[in-house]
Amino acid sequence: MSKLKLVLGVVAIAFVTLTVVSCKDAKTESSTNSETSTEEDHSKMNHDNSDGHHDSEKKEMAMNGDGNAQAVLNDYFSLKDALVGDDNDKAKEMGGTLVKSLKSFDASKYSESEKSELNDIIEDATEHAEHISESDIKHQREHFKVLSKDVTDMVAITGTGMKLYEQFCPMYDNNKGGAWLSMNEEIRNPYFGDKMLKCGKVQREIN
Amino acid sequence: MKFLKIIAWLALVALVVIQFFPIILNESDYVPQSDFMVENQVPATIKNRLQVSCYDCHSNNTDYPWYSKIQPAAWFLEDHIQEGKDELNFNEWATYSDRRKNSKLRSIISQIEEDKMPLDSYTLIHKDAILSDEDKRMIIDYMTALKDSLE
Repeated sequence: MSKLKLVLGVVAIAFVTLTVVSCKDAKTESSTNSETSTEEDHSKMNHDNSDGHHDSEKKEMAMNGDGNAQAVLNDYFSLKDALVGDDNDKAKEMGGTLVKSLKSFDASKYSESEKSELNDIIEDATEHAEHISESDIKHQREHFKVLSKDVTDMVAITGTGMKLYEQFCPMYDNNKGGAWLSMNEEIRNPYFGDKMLKCGKVQREIN
Repeated sequence: MKFLKIIAWLALVALVVIQFFPIILNESDYVPQSDFMVENQVPATIKNRLQVSCYDCHSNNTDYPWYSKIQPAAWFLEDHIQEGKDELNFNEWATYSDRRKNSKLRSIISQIEEDKMPLDSYTLIHKDAILSDEDKRMIIDYMTALKDSLE
């Protein structure tokens, strides 16, 4: 009888072991897969651009010759709109899209000091966008506040062909306030959404 | 019965075989100049709490438990430590820009506030790593002050 117990015990340990090991392998595999699919997505996106699918984007690119920063800005605005609409799932998705455009940002044409500043901004922004792609809406908004600063600092270096408005809501974050960028002068608050849609003011105009 | 026996032997062999795939240990005697404690004037009590509760996964030197010598536990730990260091490595604090420090401090504060760190799976075995309410308040206050000084 004790022999049976021993055998069963070993089987149990082995089972756990094998499960853990196989899980580990599966994890590595799936992460490789997702990397490949990211690359595929990128090539698809580029393809779309060259087709002139995104007309407005193309126009902006022609205006300031900076498709990279423009792609980041466009995804940032989509994310902002999702937060304005209190849409957690959409914001997750847009956070993920923003991670991709941030990762494909190429700072090589800028001067040395601008390059290091930009890389720093991009690295920081990527981390916040990653968090946004996997958190609840309260956390998304917290990260969005820092992300907005990153994107604003990025625009200060890269410039943009668009007219932008830096807007500010003094009530967010326990009255410490929170700023964001918008393409429209009219206030649509991404920190409170429907609860206080029009809280805020234009703090600065860019271009 | 015979069938069970075969499975058991196979499993035992598998368990023995995986012991021959060791991990590279995250161990270093050297505390670099870029360490969080070197750059900042950290009060002794907070220093101690960070060392015990955070540094195992967020620095280049892990104080390994006995079961880390046994597979598959070691792989599990290796994954966790790698992930922890990617997010935040206290040993490399000075190499982060002010912007990055700000974001890291923000995360440290919210992770502790929300009891997400230290991980439950970690404190399950490391009882000494559990932060008391007093510890939490102390660390959060310190990190908040540090963050404010950067802004």
